[in-house]
Amino acid sequence: MQHFDLEAEGLRKLNQTLHALGDDTNQKTWEVINPRGSHAIAVGLDAPIEVTIKGSTGYYCGGMNKQATIIVDGSAGPGVAENMMSGKVVVEGDASQYAGATGRGGLLVIKGNAASRCGISMKGINIVVQGNIGHMSAFMAQKGNLVVLGDAGEALGDSLYEAQIFVRGSVKSLGADCIEKEMRPEHLELLTTLFAEAGVEAKPEEFKRYGSARKLYHFDIDNADSY
Amino acid sequence: MDDARKKAIPSTEPIKSATFTDPINAEIRRAAATGIYDIRGGGAKRKLPHFDDLLFLGASISRYPLEGYREKCATNVTLGTRFAKTPIELDIPITIAGMSFGALSGAAKEALGRGATMAGTSTTTGDGGMTEEERGHSKLLVYQYLPSRYGMNPDDLRRADAIEVVVGQGAKPGGGGMLLGQKISDRVAGMRDLPAGIDQRSACRHPDWTGPDDLEIKILELREITNWEKPIYVKIGGARPYFDTTLAVKAGADVVVIDGMQGGTAATQDVFIEHVGQPTLACIRPAVKALQDLDMHREVQLIVSGGIRTGADVAKALALGADAVSIGSAALIALGDNNPVWEEEYKKLGTTAGAYDDWHEGRDPAGITTQDPELMSRLDPIAGGRRLRNYLKVMTLEAQTIARACGKSHVNNLEPEDLCALTIEASAMAGVPLAGTNWIPGQGNF
Repeated sequence: MQHFDLEAEGLRKLNQTLHALGDDTNQKTWEVINPRGSHAIAVGLDAPIEVTIKGSTGYYCGGMNKQATIIVDGSAGPGVAENMMSGKVVVEGDASQYAGATGRGGLLVIKGNAASRCGISMKGINIVVQGNIGHMSAFMAQKGNLVVLGDAGEALGDSLYEAQIFVRGSVKSLGADCIEKEMRPEHLELLTTLFAEAGVEAKPEEFKRYGSARKLYHFDIDNADSY
Repeated sequence: MDDARKKAIPSTEPIKSATFTDPINAEIRRAAATGIYDIRGGGAKRKLPHFDDLLFLGASISRYPLEGYREKCATNVTLGTRFAKTPIELDIPITIAGMSFGALSGAAKEALGRGATMAGTSTTTGDGGMTEEERGHSKLLVYQYLPSRYGMNPDDLRRADAIEVVVGQGAKPGGGGMLLGQKISDRVAGMRDLPAGIDQRSACRHPDWTGPDDLEIKILELREITNWEKPIYVKIGGARPYFDTTLAVKAGADVVVIDGMQGGTAATQDVFIEHVGQPTLACIRPAVKALQDLDMHREVQLIVSGGIRTGADVAKALALGADAVSIGSAALIALGDNNPVWEEEYKKLGTTAGAYDDWHEGRDPAGITTQDPELMSRLDPIAGGRRLRNYLKVMTLEAQTIARACGKSHVNNLEPEDLCALTIEASAMAGVPLAGTNWIPGQGNF
């Protein structure tokens, strides 16, 4: 395992070092100590490596990740795994606002709670939150799946496109154009697969599915109050 | 009274209201019939104080001019000298503004890339991601980082020559993108991760940052991902130019782009275009003042856009303190937008050449603002690129002509002292004296 002391060596050197690793690197496992809430840790990675950050991170940890597995052994600040393309980001604690924002692929697992706007504008990423999520989550979400084992806050899935939301607990309110939809066999299968990938124990049949009513896809004056 | 006497009485001439004009009344009837606001492309059409209201003084006894064809007047500009390891070197101080693939056809994007490259300048992506056409044909390509993040990915970020974080645009400061269903073809939809054929209204705010402190961290992230190589621009609409420029610089921008209300958009509400934001002329001096107050003028470069049409406009923007300008609408006209050769077809659309602005409907007779294969084929990207190159060259020659006449060996040496204003409004906005006086209204109080 490779060790990196962020406080001693600095952010620039960390990201530069990790960016230099190619697909065939044999330095596959990394541990970063002393993150102390620093921003932009392990952003823009593109190699099949595993990076564990021992402590909490600031904004945008794992931003635009490709291929890598990034584990935050603590809590994550705003925008963790924003615009992730592929790979996996795991947050052992809680995640702040905009977790997984605009993510286009890969898997984000949050073992604690996620704050507001989790999965905002998501474009293909899968997000599994073991705790609760805050208000306006999956706002304008386009593609991908947001799975919540706990409860969801207000205005879930507001102005949703084609992303799917699965919630086991309660939903405080649904946002504009977001409705409950039928759970079909393919959705149970999808959740089984996602739980296996996320290492989560849960029963798919306990979840409800939410998606777009598609009523706002074309402007209609009679829907103006929904905007 | 008999008829003959009645006829002899002079009648009152019918007078149309200056408040309830024909266009206003037509708009009221249209709104009443449809229940939806008017959506259109382009920038503000109303008459605004503009560069036409300024004049250059030229050389005189107190300063001497440079010889037109013999003495050098340089036009090159370097953008991104503050933090970026690889600043952008332009041969001319005129860049091509961001316009999306989706709003424009692939061939139009290619033509912009070709024209800009031949003229030695940069072009810019838009709210739809980076296409191979424009990357392939643009030597210098600025990649926009927008609230929607359509198609955003680290590979395109790294193959861009600069990154432009878009906070706002002059046509609609505070508004997001809009692309209606007619233009969401399968290719456009695929690049945006959206269903084809829907009305797409993208967000007005970035999804993962809000204020200036967040922006600073976002810029840090983008720099880390791109190894601190790329210049990072911050583009703002002409709303509060002094404070927005100050905050952009504090957040770590290499370049500030300020877009006045004449700057175009692919589509938004007409009420937004005409009633929100400030004229370009009113934005430049406050932005320059912000840079000067931070001791950053010329260290952080300023690009001005919104209604730049001629070399005179370029020279005036530079004289007021910009490092470069950017053109969008003018570049489209150079490609063939609103060309009277298509008049018959404009008439069928209920408009006329020069007034066509329903770009969102995707039926552009000139084949530029469309995704319709038949219409798109009307624009030859090679010929279009050549026209844009020619136009950029002419604007540059015009700006040089003016700069030499003012005795400058570089267009960026033009200064406010070279200008006077024709109107009190322009004088106040540009901070240069009213012609024939030494009076500048509102001086020292932005």
